[in-house]
Amino acid sequence: MGRDEFLFLLIGLKWTVALSAIGFVCGCLAGLVIALLRTSGMRPIERATAGYIALFQGTPLLMQLFVVYYGLALIGIKMDAWAAVAVGLTLHASAYLGEIWRGGIEAVPRGQTEASKALALSYSSRMKDVLLPQALRISLPATIGFLVQLIKGTSLASIVGFTELTRAGNIISNQIFQPLTVFGIVGMLYFIMCCPLTIYGAYLERKFAASAR
Amino acid sequence: MNYTLDFTPVIEGLPSLLTACLGTFTLAICGMLLATVIGIGGVVLRQSKIAPLRWLVIVFVELIRNTPFLVQIFFIYFALPLTGIRLDPTPTAIIALGINGGAYAIEIIRGGVQSISKGQMEAGLALGLHKGQVFRLIILKPALRAIFPSLTSQFVLLTLTTSIASAISAYELTSVSQRIESDSFRSFEVYFTVTIFYLVISWLMMRLFALFSARYFAYPVK
Amino acid sequence: MNDIATTAGNTHPMISMTGVEKWYGAFQALKDINISVAKGEKIVLCGPSGSGKSTLIRCINHLETYQKGEIRVSGTVLGHQAKTIDAVRREVGMVFQQFNLFPHLTVLENCMLAPLRALKLSRQEAEGRARQLLERVKIAEQADKYPAQLSGGQQQRVAIARALCMRPQVMLFDEPTSALDPEMVKEVLDTMIGLAEEGMTMICVTHEMGFARQVADRVIFMASGAVVEEAPPAEFFSNPKHERTRKFLGEILGH
Ligand SMILES: Nc1ncnc2c1ncn2[C@@H]1O[C@H](COP(=O)(O)OP(=O)(O)OP(=O)(O)O)[C@@H](O)[C@H]1O
Ligand SMILES: [Mg+2]
Repeated sequence: MGRDEFLFLLIGLKWTVALSAIGFVCGCLAGLVIALLRTSGMRPIERATAGYIALFQGTPLLMQLFVVYYGLALIGIKMDAWAAVAVGLTLHASAYLGEIWRGGIEAVPRGQTEASKALALSYSSRMKDVLLPQALRISLPATIGFLVQLIKGTSLASIVGFTELTRAGNIISNQIFQPLTVFGIVGMLYFIMCCPLTIYGAYLERKFAASAR
Repeated sequence: MNYTLDFTPVIEGLPSLLTACLGTFTLAICGMLLATVIGIGGVVLRQSKIAPLRWLVIVFVELIRNTPFLVQIFFIYFALPLTGIRLDPTPTAIIALGINGGAYAIEIIRGGVQSISKGQMEAGLALGLHKGQVFRLIILKPALRAIFPSLTSQFVLLTLTTSIASAISAYELTSVSQRIESDSFRSFEVYFTVTIFYLVISWLMMRLFALFSARYFAYPVK
Repeated sequence: MNDIATTAGNTHPMISMTGVEKWYGAFQALKDINISVAKGEKIVLCGPSGSGKSTLIRCINHLETYQKGEIRVSGTVLGHQAKTIDAVRREVGMVFQQFNLFPHLTVLENCMLAPLRALKLSRQEAEGRARQLLERVKIAEQADKYPAQLSGGQQQRVAIARALCMRPQVMLFDEPTSALDPEMVKEVLDTMIGLAEEGMTMICVTHEMGFARQVADRVIFMASGAVVEEAPPAEFFSNPKHERTRKFLGEILGH
C-alpha cells in the first residue's frame, strides 16, 4: 500500500472524526432534553420518551440510518448522505445518552432534591446547580463508553454510501487487492481513536468507585 | 410532498422477510453460544498463572472493543480463506459475532466472578469441597445472577449487530430487505417495516432472558 | 507452659502446631506458634486486631498456607498436597464472622451440600443429618427458607449446623458473634455452649469474655503474630502475667 492510498484513508478518517464529533455534540444537547423529559415527573411525557429510547435501543443503528436517510428524502428534505447520517447518529445518540443520564439523575440521592426544594430553588436551578452536576459526574464513564460506541457506529455510514474511514478502506482494498493489510490499518486507526477513551473511561470508573467507598 | 406511501412490495415480500427473521435468530443464538464459550474460556485464561496468556486475553478484548464490528467482519471474511478455512458468509458471520460478543462477555463474566466474595469460596473449601466443585456449585449461579442484566443487554446488542452481517451478504433480515428494496425502490417502506420487525425481535430476546432469569434465579437476596 | 488438659492421658493431641511461621511477603503474620489442643478441649483465642488470630486458625484447615513448622490434625500431618488437605477439611468445621451461607441454596440445601458432594452420602442420609442438626440449633422450621430471609443470628446458627453436618472432630470459630446485632449474640453463644458441653473440641476466636470464663479450658492471648500468654480462664483473667495482656484486658473489660 502506497502513500496515496494511505492519504486517502486519512481523508476518510477526517470524515469519521467529523461525523463522530457532530453526532456526539448534537446528541448531547438532544440527549439532555430527553433525560430531562424522561425524569420530568409528568406521566405521559415520561412514557413517550421511554418509548423513544426503547425504539432506538431496540433496533439496529443501520436500520435507523436507512430510515432517516430515506425518510428525510420522503418528506422533501434533500440532503447529502453525510448530513443524513449526521442526523441519524444524532437521534441515535440522543436516545442512548438520554437513558444514561436518566440513570445518573436517578442515582443522585433523594435528599438532594428535597434539600434544594426546601431551599426554595426553582426547577431550573435545582437541575442546573444541584442535580445535573452530580448526575453527569456519575454518568461520565458510561458517557465516554457511549462515545466509543458512537465512533465505531460511524462506520455504518459506509453502507449508506458515505465515504468515511471504513468505506475508504473498502475502496482501497478493491483497488490494491490487499484486504487484510487495508482493514488491518483501518482497524488500527479506529483503535488509536477509541482506546485512549476506553482507558480514560475505565480510569474514571475506578476513581469514582474508590471515592464512593 | 407528492409522494404516496406504497407498501405493496413489502406485503408481497412478507414471506421472505419472515423467514429471514429466522436467519437473524440463528445468527444471534449461535453468536451468543459462541460468545459464551469464548467468554468463559477467556476468563479462565485471564486468571491463568502464565502471564503471556493473560496478556493475550487483554489484547484480544481491547482490540475487539475498540474497533467497529464492520471492520472486524470484513477482516475475518478475508482472513479465514487464507488460513485454509472456506466458509459461507453465514457461518463466517457467526464466527465474527461470537468473537465480538465473546470479548464483551469476558469482561462481564470476569466482573461477576469477582463480585462473589472470597468468603463464599472459603466456606466451600472449609467444608471439604474441591476447587472445581466450589466453582460449579457455589460460585457459578450467584455470579451469573449478578451479571445477568449486563449479559442480557450485551446479547440484545449482539442480536441487533447481526444486521451488519448483511455487509458480507450473510442470510438474515437486513440483507433480504436490501434485496426487496433494490427490486422495488420502495426504500422507506421496506426499511420502516423491517425496523419494526427488529423491535419485535429484540423484545422477544429480552422476554426470553427475563423468563430464564425468573426460573433460574428465583432465590431471594438482600 | 504445659497444662493438665493436654497431657491428660492422650498420646495424640487433636491439633498440634509446632514452630509454625507465616509471612505475607515481607510481613511476618505468625511467629513460632506452638499450640497443642487435646480431644475435647475448648480454647479461646484472643488478642488485639491484626495480631494474627484469624490467620492462625485458618492455617489449621489450610485456608492459609504457612512457610515453616508443622501442623497435625488428629495425628495426620497437614501437608500441602490436596489429598491430605481435603481429608483434614472434612474433620475440621469452620464458622465465619460473615456466616458465608450460600445465597442460592435453601437452609436445608446449605447443610446437605458438603455431605452429598464431599462425603458422598446418600440424599436420604444427608437430609436426615441436616434436619437433625437444624433441630439441634433450634431452626428446623426454617429449613426451606433462603439465607436472605433469616436474621443474622439465625444465619449463624445455620452456619454452625452446616459445619456440624460433616460430623467434624474439631470446630473452629472466627469471631462468630461480632457481625451480629447485640440481641442475637446470646442465641449463637448458647448454641456454642451447648456444643462445648457435648464434648466438642473447639477453638474460638472471640472477645466474649463471659463465654471464655464459662467454657474455655484455656485462653490463649496473641499479639503481633506470637502467643504471649496462655492460661486457664480463672488465672488468665485474675492474674495475667504479661504487661500486654493486662493492657488488652483493661481495654476490653474496662470502659
Ligand atoms: N492477605 C493478606 N496479605 C497481607 N497481609 C495480611 C493478609 N491477611 C492478613 N494480613 C495481615 O496479617 C496480620 C494478621 O491478620 P489477621 O486477620 O490474622 O488478624 P486478626 O487477629 O484476625 O485481626 P482481627 O481481630 O481484626 O480479625 C494483620 O496485620 C494483617 O494486616
Ligand atoms: Mg480476624
